Amino acid sequence: MTQPLRLHVPEPSGRPGRETDFSFLRRSAAGSVRRPPVDTSHFDTQDLAYALIRVLDDEGNACGPWNPTLDPVLMRKGLRAMMKTRIFDARMVIAQRQKKMSFYMQCLGEEAIAIAHSFALQPGDMCFPTYRQQGLLLVRDDVSMAEMMCQLMSNAKDPIKGRQMPVMYSYKRAGFFSISGNLATQFIQAVGWAMASAIKGDTKIASGWIGDGSTAESDFHNALTFAHVYRAPVILNVVNNQWAISTFQAIAGGETTTFAARGVGSGIASLRVDGNDFLAVYAASLWASERARSNLGPTLIEWVTYRAGAHSTSDDPSKYRPADDWQRFPLGDPIDRLKQHLIKIGEWSDAQHAQAQKELEAEVAAAQKEAERHGTLLDGHIPNAASMFEDVYEHMPEHLRRQRQQLGV
Amino acid sequence: MNAMTTDKKQAATPSSDGTKTSPMTMIQALRSGLDVMMGRDDDVVLFGEDVGYFGGVFRVTEGLQAKYGRNRCFDAPINEGGIVGAAIGMGAYGLRPVVEIQFADYFYPATDQIVSEAARLRFRTVGDFTAPLTIRMPCGGGIYGGQTHSQSPEAFFTHVCGLRTVMPSNPYDAKGLLIASIECNDPVIFLEPKRLYNGPFDGHHDKPVVPWSKHALGNVPEGYYSIPLEKAAVFRPGRELTVLTYGTMVWVSECAAREAGVDAEIIDLRSLWPLDLETIVDSVKKTGRCLVVHEATRTSGFGAELAALIQEHCFYHLEAPIERVTGWDTPYPHAQEWLYFPVPARVGAAMKRAMEA
Repeated sequence: MTQPLRLHVPEPSGRPGRETDFSFLRRSAAGSVRRPPVDTSHFDTQDLAYALIRVLDDEGNACGPWNPTLDPVLMRKGLRAMMKTRIFDARMVIAQRQKKMSFYMQCLGEEAIAIAHSFALQPGDMCFPTYRQQGLLLVRDDVSMAEMMCQLMSNAKDPIKGRQMPVMYSYKRAGFFSISGNLATQFIQAVGWAMASAIKGDTKIASGWIGDGSTAESDFHNALTFAHVYRAPVILNVVNNQWAISTFQAIAGGETTTFAARGVGSGIASLRVDGNDFLAVYAASLWASERARSNLGPTLIEWVTYRAGAHSTSDDPSKYRPADDWQRFPLGDPIDRLKQHLIKIGEWSDAQHAQAQKELEAEVAAAQKEAERHGTLLDGHIPNAASMFEDVYEHMPEHLRRQRQQLGV
Repeated sequence: MNAMTTDKKQAATPSSDGTKTSPMTMIQALRSGLDVMMGRDDDVVLFGEDVGYFGGVFRVTEGLQAKYGRNRCFDAPINEGGIVGAAIGMGAYGLRPVVEIQFADYFYPATDQIVSEAARLRFRTVGDFTAPLTIRMPCGGGIYGGQTHSQSPEAFFTHVCGLRTVMPSNPYDAKGLLIASIECNDPVIFLEPKRLYNGPFDGHHDKPVVPWSKHALGNVPEGYYSIPLEKAAVFRPGRELTVLTYGTMVWVSECAAREAGVDAEIIDLRSLWPLDLETIVDSVKKTGRCLVVHEATRTSGFGAELAALIQEHCFYHLEAPIERVTGWDTPYPHAQEWLYFPVPARVGAAMKRAMEA
């Protein structure tokens, strides 16, 4: 019998006014997924690309072979950095509403990924981030929050002189490659950087970042091919936060499969990890980093998380997804989960948490006050016009000199 | 030929270290340039499709893997976006990659990496990161390559701020400009007119090409020298008409001037962008007539920019409308190649029109 063909256009189960059915999210019980030695072949990671590596269970216990038995001092440092990131984001969203900056992107709900990952890196390693890894900078003591805010407010002290939209930081000295707005380009660049490190016989590794949506770009596949071919010392992070602006991850190709599975098909060891589980993120990052540092090649990690906020300050998610989606997301809130664990093991308390919250709010507010001394987009204290013609080339060519004169600056 | 001797003197001035010279084809000269730079700087690495063991489909990188090892010269997957993207990452690390796009016709998958990334990295980071790449691409027609092995895409690149676009017309310039491009801290698109690889093709496809070994410009220093970017060469001095051209069309224009009996001043731009405007303006003001010749399609071709610049800077010196001879606005054809290619007869006719206007 001949029947008419049908086009399949994936659709999320939840929409405004209709609850999401999260049964699509393949989950494994905390502690249930095996941890192979770091020198395992990509072939033997197939099950790990479909399972979900978790350490923290729903009661806040750390369990199973991936439990990194992390020093509570580092756990508290991680918790504080996540709290700081969330406070920073909240204040910057408000500052954007006050028109002090043109745009902002928060990482609400995804804080554990960048911050726990950073603990597995070493000085000199280079991250090639997307716009939702501000945690990589905020966890550090050597990057000033006020300076980051100067970038956001495009003021006279913006270290990149107003040349990029807010959040497109560049901090070479902090191992943070310049963010590009056109998505995925940095993924293959991370592989190239790692290849260079290997060419030179260096010991540094690269860590590339991409979102679930832009894994559909050719640069994602280019990166996988090059990373595998040259066994590049790189960690390939796919942050699956379920949403690419309004587009559900199934449209990027996540339906009935996983993004981690892409790695296995390319000959790359691959893990799928609970991205809201600070301890699992740290353990998996360390596993991948040890592989890279031992000439065992790349690892692809899919971090399963949820974009709790809007895509950006220009977006309104109430138009396309249920309002309470994050509250119902089965992997919870990364800050609550680490806090619960620390309290459970007697290394933290509600009172300490409240105290830390207060201190961090004051710290972020002070940084903002300091940044605003140099101006905001609102008051027109922008970097000078002549600087616009600089750095197009190493040395300014004649035609740019003429154009600068035409502008009269 | 006087024209070439003149150019040779002019081009050879700055950085030649005076070592011994050898006859080289453009392929050999390019290889020599790569060899010299790999020898001088451990951060220079080469990769691209077929460039490793085999030495490239045009053999430019032949022997370099054997000499410098697989770490410095290696094959890449058929993935132009990946090749350029990886090179940008290497540049950010501190290397000085030279990549080959097998034919310029294949650069399109790398467009985002070239335009949005390499070209703007210095600007968007205030120099925190840079992309000191050289992207080599054989370009142009005359080899029966049809629409996928014959294109001249230079105008795509000259339109992009932050890129340098270079195209040599002879072995001597090819080596000196390639060395300057590798040393340059800006990303450079290095276009190699493949019809000139083995000799100065003048557009007469039915006649054999004189080998480079018979030309002064095929006599190339074996050691290090560089030719400054942003400097054009007066390829043939003349009084009646200025021809602005580059690549294979330098030789076609020279032939056309001879056959048409026009005392043309032929300017070989060498660096398309940034451009040596001074040399161009001086010449057009002197001759009062200007012809632009390129192989690429006409509309929005680089000739349009040249014509606009001439009218901005030389309008009151012009005695005739600016003429353009270019490829037609069609895809590059296969069997009809010699009806498409701007042959000397077409260039000569335009010279006469300009002279009679």
